[in-house]
Amino acid sequence: MAGGGGSLTMDWSKFFSMGGYALYVWGSYGISFVLLAGEVLMLLKRKRNLKRRESPQPATSETRLNTSLQGIQ
Amino acid sequence: MSNRRINWYKYAAPANFYPLAGKMIPFFAVPAAILFIIGIYVGFFVAPTDFQQGESYRILFIHVPAAWMGMFLYVMLAIYAGIGWAFNARLASMMAQAISTTGAIFTFISLVTGSLWGRPAWGVWWVWDARLTSTLILMFLYIGFISLQSSIDDVRRADRAGAVLALVGVINVPIIYFSVQWWNSLHQGATITAKSFKMAPSMLAAMLIMLAACWIYSIAVVLVRVRYIIREREQEAPWLAEAAV
Repeated sequence: MAGGGGSLTMDWSKFFSMGGYALYVWGSYGISFVLLAGEVLMLLKRKRNLKRRESPQPATSETRLNTSLQGIQ
Repeated sequence: MSNRRINWYKYAAPANFYPLAGKMIPFFAVPAAILFIIGIYVGFFVAPTDFQQGESYRILFIHVPAAWMGMFLYVMLAIYAGIGWAFNARLASMMAQAISTTGAIFTFISLVTGSLWGRPAWGVWWVWDARLTSTLILMFLYIGFISLQSSIDDVRRADRAGAVLALVGVINVPIIYFSVQWWNSLHQGATITAKSFKMAPSMLAAMLIMLAACWIYSIAVVLVRVRYIIREREQEAPWLAEAAV
């Protein structure tokens, strides 16, 4: 809190200390970021799962039958 | 289209909406990311230190928008669920389901950040006052809606059950909103509308930019999610096999 306006590194350490509220401020933004980024990641995972399920897989005879039926449709 | 049977209309709605939603997503996702960056910048580097609360007030730039989104998204959820129930519109029910996750996340963010703000400001993590308790009930309503929907195998029956819960629970939203006026609350009143609360223009700007970012982000993720819900629910529909995915 003393003076300020010194070197750039001094300003950054002051910035990160958030006037003694670092835990609360960075905790809030950290949790918010993790949750929103987590939501986006879950949607990307869901997309991958959907693509995997929908893409024709010639692994078993059953899936081969399904894909051939889709071709007829 | 005109010579098809009338029940085709039901199937046409998601089929038409699916590609439209896909085209709309980038127009919300990109501005949301940009606005989040601008909002964080203004909130941390432009907005001055609050003379009463010090730096801890910067939590409010995420707390207030998250709390608003939690309430607003619940109202949207209830409207969509109600339309889906009353008019047997499947897409509206899917929208309600898509909104529920995002609304729950924002409500959770508002509770956690509010707690982290309250500890230095009030000296406590939590108090059982009207605003906080009604917001916790909102969280439980979201959880109840999500778990009720996932616990019923028949999706249309799940939609109806969810709609009943959503519409009964919507009464909680005005309770949250007016709780600071109706009851003697530790939580402060509305900041943006009150004339008594002095707020620097850059503080207001940061708050509104973050609100816009949260809003546009919500539209983007709900559109992405509703497309996946359509794909999961309409697996047998022939249009999905034809649509480029």
